[in-house]
Amino acid sequence: MNKRINDMVEKINADFATLFKEGYAQLEAGCGMRMNGARQEAFKKFMELGGIPHEKEDYMYANLLPVFGKNYNVVLKYIPQEVDMNEVFRCSVTDMATTPILTVNGWWFADNLVNELPEEVVVCSMREASLRYPDVFLEHYNKYAIAAKQDGLVSLNTAFAQDGVFVYVPDEVVLERPLQIINLLRAKGDLMCYQRNMIVLGRHAKVTMLVCDHTLSNQNFLMNNVTEVHMGDSAHLDYYQVQNQHMGASQINSLFVSECRNSVFDSNILTLNGGFIRNNMYVSLNGEGGESNLYGMYIMDKNQVVDNYSNIDHIAPHCVSNELFKGVMDDSALANFSGRIRVRPNAQKTEAYQANNNLLLSDTARVNSKPQLVIDADDVKCSHGASVGQIDEEAMFYLRSRGIGKDEARMMMMFGFAHDIIQHVKLEPLRDKIDDLIEKRLRGELSKCYNCMLQCKK
Amino acid sequence: MDNIIEEVTGGEYKYGFVTNVETDTIAKGLNEDVIRTISAKKEEPEWLLEFRLQAYRKWQMMEMPQWAQLDIPEIDYQNIVYYAAPKQKADKKWEDVDPELKKTFDKLGIPLTEQLALSGVAVDAVMDSVSVKTTFKDTLAERGVIFCSFSEAVKNHPDLIKKYLGTVVPYTDNYFAALNSAVFSDGSFVYIPRGVRCPMELSTYFRINAQNTGQFERTLIVAEDEAYVSYLEGCTAPQRDENQLHAAIVEIIVEKNAEVKYSTVQNWYPGDKEGKGGIYNFVTKRGLCRGENSKLIWAQVETGSAITWKYPSTVLKGDGSVSEFYSVAVTNNYQQADTGTKMIHIGNNTRSRIVSKGISAGFSSNSYRGKVKVVKGCQNARNYSQCDSLLLGDKCGAHTFPYLEIENPTAQVEHEATTSKIGEDQIFYCNQRGISTEDAVGLIIKGYAGDVLNKMPMEFAVEAQKLLQISLEGSVG
Repeated sequence: MNKRINDMVEKINADFATLFKEGYAQLEAGCGMRMNGARQEAFKKFMELGGIPHEKEDYMYANLLPVFGKNYNVVLKYIPQEVDMNEVFRCSVTDMATTPILTVNGWWFADNLVNELPEEVVVCSMREASLRYPDVFLEHYNKYAIAAKQDGLVSLNTAFAQDGVFVYVPDEVVLERPLQIINLLRAKGDLMCYQRNMIVLGRHAKVTMLVCDHTLSNQNFLMNNVTEVHMGDSAHLDYYQVQNQHMGASQINSLFVSECRNSVFDSNILTLNGGFIRNNMYVSLNGEGGESNLYGMYIMDKNQVVDNYSNIDHIAPHCVSNELFKGVMDDSALANFSGRIRVRPNAQKTEAYQANNNLLLSDTARVNSKPQLVIDADDVKCSHGASVGQIDEEAMFYLRSRGIGKDEARMMMMFGFAHDIIQHVKLEPLRDKIDDLIEKRLRGELSKCYNCMLQCKK
Repeated sequence: MDNIIEEVTGGEYKYGFVTNVETDTIAKGLNEDVIRTISAKKEEPEWLLEFRLQAYRKWQMMEMPQWAQLDIPEIDYQNIVYYAAPKQKADKKWEDVDPELKKTFDKLGIPLTEQLALSGVAVDAVMDSVSVKTTFKDTLAERGVIFCSFSEAVKNHPDLIKKYLGTVVPYTDNYFAALNSAVFSDGSFVYIPRGVRCPMELSTYFRINAQNTGQFERTLIVAEDEAYVSYLEGCTAPQRDENQLHAAIVEIIVEKNAEVKYSTVQNWYPGDKEGKGGIYNFVTKRGLCRGENSKLIWAQVETGSAITWKYPSTVLKGDGSVSEFYSVAVTNNYQQADTGTKMIHIGNNTRSRIVSKGISAGFSSNSYRGKVKVVKGCQNARNYSQCDSLLLGDKCGAHTFPYLEIENPTAQVEHEATTSKIGEDQIFYCNQRGISTEDAVGLIIKGYAGDVLNKMPMEFAVEAQKLLQISLEGSVG
């Protein structure tokens, strides 16, 4: 049995090696020096780490074999897409004007119209940026992703990624309109793709981003997406991500955030549908007074898998971090949570909080939770908590004794449970929309919607 | 404040003396012949030798696990003496026991003469590889309780040993369990028959004395239906510059409606202030709540050892079985600890509670690692875990690694953990009321560890409290 699994892992790794070797010329084409310069070493590291994670502590509850074991196509160049922009534009939240940016299968959509942005702000494709701004790339590219020392999949992205979204907001610039990045997956055959994004915020810059992951066709997808974020002093980033894909889509998202003094990073990841979703979040608080808030909500059913992994590194003193992930699991869904708060010896006066709460609704749903504290400074306040349980009988009784039906009462309780996370969404129109979505999702009205969840045809 | 911490943490290890007693040792090293020699010396039956050899062959194929948050220098398993016994005459009469040995246990405060015994505690004293004396055997035998050294049990109750040995911790379980199963020397065996409430506390005292030896003892406790026993375990070792290995196995079987309480005060030599020497304490302890409504309580105070690596665990197999785990782990200077528990819920309506309090001072590192697993078919499992860490210095570390694996929706599992230092406001409050800073710290620690200390049997609670004070003397800030 074990031998068979090992053989499979070896075969997958060997396939990657062949692909890397044969496709190398194509990988390099059109990308800047810094991107290409990192490939060889990254791939070497991927192989050194044993290829795709197998029996690794950080992936101990995630079985990647079915995810990688499919016969995917790989396309190493941009294929023009006919995406109906009108269709996509309906994605935007009705009461909210956003700047939409599309990617298709990890590539910058050629017909993207980026306008109404302040002049000094740059939003463009990674390929273009890597040629145009080599100095920015030299300073930031692959500087934060290496924090994932044990994760071969991040190295794999560095080796293979060719495009993505580049955002540069210089000092003192505040973007009024949220940037909406819409990642679409659309193909005629099963597809494996890579996307690499970089967000660089200058001092006192302030940006709101909304990232939506969707599938537009019914094929199997495996997306390996890495985003690196650099935040200058007192920069502020609100980062919202909505994941709504079909059962055949596998996502490996890695987010690396490097925060300087007094910067604030708020993120809210909503996982509504998807076959296999892994969210890696690495935050390093490098300057005093930094703040980081990670919130996440996952609602899974059928045999969907969500695996949230976070690593918050308190390097500088006087930083604050908050982390709260909540989930509702039905059918045979599996949710894993692994959070680590690391407080370095000098990071005194750290305040860190971490919690993971789960509601289990069915006999076959599973939850693995692994909140961790690694603390090497004494003057800190750190705590974490985790719970797995059901809907509170007493609260249920309270509602029912007031004439509310069983199903409705249950819905209200679940909605209340989820709202804990949603209330942290700062943009009101978005919050309302998400509330609405969660309610739809809990009522089971959303699962058939393959398209952007925000259009909600139903 | 710093001075006070220094004073509090600067307590000397009281039990670091060496007993001059003639010892019967075998040569260093580990191979099948050594195992045969050990087995022959203990006049063991063939099946037990076979068990040892199987374990040894398994061990050779295993690798030392690396996942713990510990920095373990490489251990040369060929440089350890696997058998050392104080020389004794064949018939064990108390009068014949080497006076040096008697003195040792007197010094340690272990009552080996029944007349002198103040408290109603029956003791099995184990020095290096063999049991020196077991007290109150006759009194216990009247009730049908078997309490004797493991070697004696092999001779006198081979059927029981054969039935239970390795059923909770098989030799394939882990690296150190395999090693222990191959070379285990002595330990205690406890058997409480059906419906018997053991009239006194049973206690084993482990003492490492000889140089370069490892201690590999094995404890087996069986509580039949409706039985009750409270079992205590204590350990000390002399002060030496080199590290010594201690790899024990404890197996507990709890049948229907029975209750076992297992308390440990672990005070192996922790090494000196520079982190030189000390015992490596790598222990596998596991209990099986086999019957309905059985109950197993672990209570431990861990203050000694250079490196502690142990997870007393419970498999809750019987419906309605209950397990509790209470632990205070103190690390100071360069000590390291990676300890916690596992609660495996298999039976319906099983409950478990985990209360773990870590205190780290000096340059030490103290980790809690625990697992709560609820298997698919287990209905209405309930777990509550609380793991707090207290930091008494800016050079030490406190880590928490809980693993929650839940496969049943009726389970209710909660985990909470906090890490902090003693608040200045707390100290200020005490100072204000005329309590000196040092006393205040002692008071706060006592309160902090109180939940656990209260669960210790009386005799141990006093010792544990003292131990806590010594270990942390001067370390409150």
